[in-house]
Amino acid sequence: MKPRHKRFAFIGLGMLVLAVATVLILNAFQSNLVFFFTPTQVASGEVPQGRSFRIGGMVEDGSLVRENDGLTVRFIVTDTAKRVPVTYKGILPDLFKEGKGAVAQGKLNADGTFVASEVLAKHDENYMPPEAAEALAKAKASGAQQSKSLVVPQGRQGREGSL
Amino acid sequence: MSMDINWLKYSSPQAFYPLAGRLIPWFACVVVVLMGVGLYMGFFVAPTDFQQGEAYRIIFVHVPAAWMSMFLYVVMAVWAGIGMGLNARLSFMMAQAIAPTGAMFTFLALLTGAMWGKPTWGAWWVWDARLTSELILLFQYAGVMLLRTSIDDLRRADRASAVFALVGVVNVPIIYFSVQWWNTLHQGASVSMATGSKMASTMLTAMLLMTLAFWLYSIAVILARVRCIMVERESLPVWNEKSAVIQEAVEAR
Repeated sequence: MKPRHKRFAFIGLGMLVLAVATVLILNAFQSNLVFFFTPTQVASGEVPQGRSFRIGGMVEDGSLVRENDGLTVRFIVTDTAKRVPVTYKGILPDLFKEGKGAVAQGKLNADGTFVASEVLAKHDENYMPPEAAEALAKAKASGAQQSKSLVVPQGRQGREGSL
Repeated sequence: MSMDINWLKYSSPQAFYPLAGRLIPWFACVVVVLMGVGLYMGFFVAPTDFQQGEAYRIIFVHVPAAWMSMFLYVVMAVWAGIGMGLNARLSFMMAQAIAPTGAMFTFLALLTGAMWGKPTWGAWWVWDARLTSELILLFQYAGVMLLRTSIDDLRRADRASAVFALVGVVNVPIIYFSVQWWNTLHQGASVSMATGSKMASTMLTAMLLMTLAFWLYSIAVILARVRCIMVERESLPVWNEKSAVIQEAVEAR
């Protein structure tokens, strides 16, 4: 073994050890690295008690209600398994829509309502012209085979990445 | 021109210096064309997005910049690793030359991301895994550069910053996969090897053109910078660009 082979082996080994260490550390901090909790986690009591945290999920279709003061809104965040009612007083981001993803920061009330101090919209990774989106929605509604030429949202690999 | 060029010849700074000088104008010209076409396609040809309207157009700078920030870090670490393994001066110089451009792209990705986040998410900045790990990448670039300048002895500076660069490489997969591993506000990848593209084709074309443009820009700028570094380190005569003069200067030693 030449000295330079030894050095490369040493570097390679160092990188390997580093990679293993990183995986272990990230696994240990798994729960601290999530940006928001899902409604299922809220329901099972995995969320921090008595302090502020974020919940994320889909804004349920038809759940958005505006109060008469014009500022307060109520809506339901769902991950299709569980639902959490949210109230928020303030201006919603432009992309906030029913059926789309949202992340809210705030506290859980005694009655299980989430009182948000900030609401963020979470858009997805699909980009297409409005006509394509329309055609896609139509095709979906009629259950027809989607045209191949369109950009079709592919099946996403598990988890709530599709929020 | 014979087919068997002695590539190893170019591993010496003296031979690489004129070669880099000849290559730079070509890369620069192609960059101007590609960036022109890419920006034109991005702003005038690509359709409006169905959700985000016109705000999404920042993608044509944001995504290529973010890709380059990660790619350049890996390339820098590879040069640093080769430098460590072979004790090659030119490899360390390449690693040194890449850092500022990588830092620039990281900053650009963060800046354009903030400009994009405000109209779409409703916040300039959030501490989610993707944004935070990209910010750490900026600090890593800064760390590599600062470590180098803080050590006077060139050999030690080279090795110390190479070790720093190699250790930091673990952050690159974390940035890339953060949107899959954890709940983040940042959306998942629109373009990936595994699932293909989730964009309309003109959008994708414009984005890939911009990526290619940024890539060639990086090569041109890094070659120019590595020439400066060579001049600094080897004290070659820059005032005369003719390689013969450099050759003489080298042979005179």
